[in-house]
Amino acid sequence: MNILKSLAMATAVSTLALAAHADTKIGMITTLSGGGAGLGVDVRDGFMLAIEAAGRDDVEVVIEDDQRKPESAVQIADRMIQSEKVDIMTGIIWSNLAMAVVPAATAQNVFYLSPNAGPSVLAGKRCHKNYFNVAWQNDNLHEAAGAYANDAALKNSFILAPNYPAGKDALTGYKRMYGGELAGEIYTKLGQTDYAAEIAQIRASGADSVYFFLPGGMGISFLKQYADSGVDLPVVGPAFSFDQGILQAVGAAALGIKNTSQWNKDIDNAANAAFVADFQAKYGRLPSLYASQGFDTANLILSALDKADVSDQDAFRAALKAAEFDSVRGDFKFGDNHHPVQNIYVREVIQEGDVFTNKIIATGLSDHADAYASECNM
Amino acid sequence: MSLILILEQVLNGLQFGVMLFLMAAGLTLVFGVMGLINLAHGALYMVGAFAAAAVAGWTGSFVLALMASLAAAAAAGALVEVTVIRRLYDRDHLDQVLATFALILIFSEGTRWLFGSFPLFLDVPSYLSGPVTLPGGIQYPLYRLAIIVIGLVVGAGLFWLIARTRIGVQIRAGEADREMIAALGVDISKLYTLVFALGAALAGLAGALVGAIQSVQVGMGEPVLILAFVVIVIGGIGSIKGALVGALLVGLTDTLGGVFLPRLFALMMEPASAASFGASLASMLIYILMAAVLLVRPSGLFGGSA
Repeated sequence: MNILKSLAMATAVSTLALAAHADTKIGMITTLSGGGAGLGVDVRDGFMLAIEAAGRDDVEVVIEDDQRKPESAVQIADRMIQSEKVDIMTGIIWSNLAMAVVPAATAQNVFYLSPNAGPSVLAGKRCHKNYFNVAWQNDNLHEAAGAYANDAALKNSFILAPNYPAGKDALTGYKRMYGGELAGEIYTKLGQTDYAAEIAQIRASGADSVYFFLPGGMGISFLKQYADSGVDLPVVGPAFSFDQGILQAVGAAALGIKNTSQWNKDIDNAANAAFVADFQAKYGRLPSLYASQGFDTANLILSALDKADVSDQDAFRAALKAAEFDSVRGDFKFGDNHHPVQNIYVREVIQEGDVFTNKIIATGLSDHADAYASECNM
Repeated sequence: MSLILILEQVLNGLQFGVMLFLMAAGLTLVFGVMGLINLAHGALYMVGAFAAAAVAGWTGSFVLALMASLAAAAAAGALVEVTVIRRLYDRDHLDQVLATFALILIFSEGTRWLFGSFPLFLDVPSYLSGPVTLPGGIQYPLYRLAIIVIGLVVGAGLFWLIARTRIGVQIRAGEADREMIAALGVDISKLYTLVFALGAALAGLAGALVGAIQSVQVGMGEPVLILAFVVIVIGGIGSIKGALVGALLVGLTDTLGGVFLPRLFALMMEPASAASFGASLASMLIYILMAAVLLVRPSGLFGGSA
């Protein structure tokens, strides 16, 4: 269905653009089916909102579903690069998929702009001049959470994350900033849905707080089970565990929980206000941070296309690096390793009418850059 | 490591096992009686969970939601049996796998069409929420205890059905010799539809029970389906008793392995790599168990001489 729609759109756009000058072809591989679909749908919707608002007939977007499987992401990427000749790729949600696709794509002179996954290796040792991360390096939000835990005087955290690259980055990030003791550290299976065993360990550990990184459905399951278990320790998490897509499914169990994010719908700037209103008008739901990342990625590409043609790689790269677009996060700039240097906020889960959402209560880290930039020789 | 923690983990393993049993019972019946590999069993689990979430949303009643999950999954099962599965009994297993895999895709996309890509809300009813204190001072969620009880009651009912009723006799006869019971005048196609719908209803019930503590989302059935296959291979295909024993074995192995292996490795190596190595090995543990069982008993613990 989605493939059909994007193919139809692609054909329509390319017929329109026959007479136009050099077309730019963007390939988006993201997760549109299975357990992680909510994240990919949000990135796609945010991205397409910006593309459609720009109304350019020389930009063509091809969208395909990776089903959260590395092997299908690799296949789609090969096809997009070799037979569809895309100039720019984007869309991947999961770090294990990004590791499978990004190095191969950038080596073949395709630009890759990540709207979500930011594995540490791609920020450090294996950074690449054609790879830009528009969201964050994986550790960032977790570092802010570690810093928040210090401010909140938490001294004995129990931490858990799924056993995949972003999970390891998450706990590394939290530990980098957090100054207290660890009551326990667990890696769970990716896609795990039952956390009874982990919750029992938390109960027995004598911790004073819990930090968890469980994006998508994993976080829903954990929070519901945690609320039902009678373990009454304060919980801290990154925004991924409390994003707009999952809060409605968690319900009141999440109210009051502090989480860290580079974006929220109440960041006060004109671009953000317009984004939130347009997104709601078009899709009938509140945008999540994933949608904001998709939206920023598209606007960054559009801003660079205004300055340079994508076939002039050096000029286009410089235009991307300059990042002169109205980010919904407010000020936005890239560090030397093409990862954002940005503020990360502390949010609290609140209820507005029937809707559960977040509001910003503090700035966790200001102008924060990632820890791997120094390992990057570009 | 306290005794209380160990006991709590054993309860968790039991609860997981009982839930797997509800899934595996239908799968093993369908395979035993009709010789059909049904990959779409996980889709029926998802149908149950979505039906429960929808009905709980409309009526606010958890009991009605559970009944809706049984009814919706049984209806979906019967419909699928009559329209698609019935044509597959005489085909080889490859055709069955292909067709039922297609059913997974159809169910997933159909559900996404109806309910959207975002997870649905289904919560534990207030009278079952929160923990209870068990003898010995173990705090345990009441809802998980309820799952254990419901699962055991359903299991007992199933044994009674198979061992003591006329339908049970026909099912057992169907497993032993399909042609013969057809020759004896039993309406075999009605029996097949019934068995299939029964298996579907159990899967739907499992989906609804688990949906209340996990997330109700498209694709939730497939990970459970893989475990259910492991269960019926360990237990012996076609055996309800095997499904029960296999489910409890898998549930306990998975839960206890996930908790204690990382701690075991922590005695020998540094904590971070012990956690990661232990977690990796723990996720392999049930497959190692399956391989070990098959080495000793190639047709499973309670399997016939297939």
